Amino acid sequence: MGLTLAEKILSQRVGREVRAGEIIVCEVDVALTQDGTGPLAVQQLRKIGMEKAARPESTILFIDHAAPSPRKELSNDHILLREFAQKTGCRLSDVGEGVCHQLVAEDYAAPGKVIIGADSHTCTAGALAAFATGMGSTDVAMGIALGKTWFRVPETFLIEVTGKMPPGVCAKDLILHLIGMLGADGATYKALEFAGETIAAMPMHERLTLANMAVEAGAKVGLIASDEVTREYLESQGRGAEYRPLSADPDADYERVIAVDVSQLEPMLAAPHTVDNVHPVKELAGTKVDQVFIGSCTNGRLEDLAVAASILKGKRVASGVRCIVVPASRRIFLEAIRLGYIETLVAAGAVVLAPGCGPCVGVHEGVLGDGEVSLNTSNRNFQGRLGNPKGFIYLGSPAAAAASALTGVITDPREVMDNAIAR
Amino acid sequence: MRLQGKAWKFGDNISTDHIAPGRLFHLRSNLPELAKHVLEDADPEFASKVQPGDFVVAGNNFGLGSSREHAPTIIKMAGVSAVLAKSFARIFFRNAINVGLPVLICDTDKISAGDELEVDLSSGKIYNKTQDIVLQAPPLPDVMIRLLADGGLAAHVAKHGDLKID
Repeated sequence: MGLTLAEKILSQRVGREVRAGEIIVCEVDVALTQDGTGPLAVQQLRKIGMEKAARPESTILFIDHAAPSPRKELSNDHILLREFAQKTGCRLSDVGEGVCHQLVAEDYAAPGKVIIGADSHTCTAGALAAFATGMGSTDVAMGIALGKTWFRVPETFLIEVTGKMPPGVCAKDLILHLIGMLGADGATYKALEFAGETIAAMPMHERLTLANMAVEAGAKVGLIASDEVTREYLESQGRGAEYRPLSADPDADYERVIAVDVSQLEPMLAAPHTVDNVHPVKELAGTKVDQVFIGSCTNGRLEDLAVAASILKGKRVASGVRCIVVPASRRIFLEAIRLGYIETLVAAGAVVLAPGCGPCVGVHEGVLGDGEVSLNTSNRNFQGRLGNPKGFIYLGSPAAAAASALTGVITDPREVMDNAIAR
Repeated sequence: MRLQGKAWKFGDNISTDHIAPGRLFHLRSNLPELAKHVLEDADPEFASKVQPGDFVVAGNNFGLGSSREHAPTIIKMAGVSAVLAKSFARIFFRNAINVGLPVLICDTDKISAGDELEVDLSSGKIYNKTQDIVLQAPPLPDVMIRLLADGGLAAHVAKHGDLKID
């Protein structure tokens, strides 16, 4: 039998053929932490006297979760991270640069790389055929110091996607549909490998959305073979030389093969309080929203802002709705300014915040009041996620979010999209 | 190693946001303070009433969500001797071993809130004294037994100067 994409990347990295189930020690190409997990990683390294990085040039300390800091305790955490970066030569990505996973895609990820991050959505970089996975602070701390980590090579579920997405439907709807099907623990410890004609035709910003949410079904990685889309994306980031083709063998051994036809797919939402509580938007239509959040490592990219701007252009966000927009990186923010999306969104009544995680983790920039409802383009709707256990969070696409901001109630985006811009 | 204590029951899909929520993000570098709020959003009374040695007993997919290692760390700091669940989320499971919090997979439907439990970590046997039944947890992978024996991952690396798992 041939190798899955996960087995192939790890085999190439350790220099021998490895198969699902094996425990391996593997070199780490990129290691990252963020401001919620980095301080503990630094403290762990200090505790054992190993304040160093094996590869400082590809070890990045991101400050994105509470940025700018809303509290003195977090400001002090940020100081700790800046000092560690200065002492060890590690890279620092400070306030305003953007969400770690978006910046890893822009600046570090490439086919065949092994990436570990002290953030569960590190799997986002799997869209570029990198073996990228989230771990805790101590695992990543040791990975930073030693330049290696241990893995159990995962079994793989092949997600074979066919059909053309209907207008108003995008990768977010597909991944929500899949998580609803698999369940929040349906792929625990597995690799998800997305393939098929729909994925081959899918642009990078949507591939990143798919890979980003693999962890919401419990998966360790979400992988997509590299191809011309990958090459063009790397070239657009000035890293074309890092491209190489990488795909599973045709006779790879998959634990499960799941076929999905998207031609009849509808806009979907995850309802409170689990990501696998997935329903078509039309079944939830009419529910009042107090807040809409367009951003995050899932859906804060230029194309996501473009869709939101196209829906809100020349209109007003409904009275009583806070529409919070957070570009995922400085580069995206600048491009969105240049293309007029930011002006459109602000004119429509949106609040645009500095690149970063925004309200996603519940620390600042959009904490819910008791009983309030938010529709987010982010990836988690757990109880308490937006800083208040008495809040209610729905997850959906940028189109669904913008449509609901416009009407003030959960709205199927197809009802407000012009046919011309629906796709 | 034998552990003894009372069962605190929780349901399925207890997330790291239930265990260590984002609204307490600023306490992550003050773990003793954060531990006073452990699991607060799943059971507001738990943190103040849990006794040293007690067990957290949950359903499927315990610890899903964020990679925050603070979650298993503050469960341990609250005095909990082990977490028993039908299944665990991947990152939480690995983090728990790294910080030295025992995690056991078993049929937790056979444990009720308040049951007195005795757990033998070396054999994975869970004796429910209240109901007089024995449950068996599958053994941990060798690599994790090794890390636990060294006192967690950081202690392992401090001891060997490297990853020595084979």
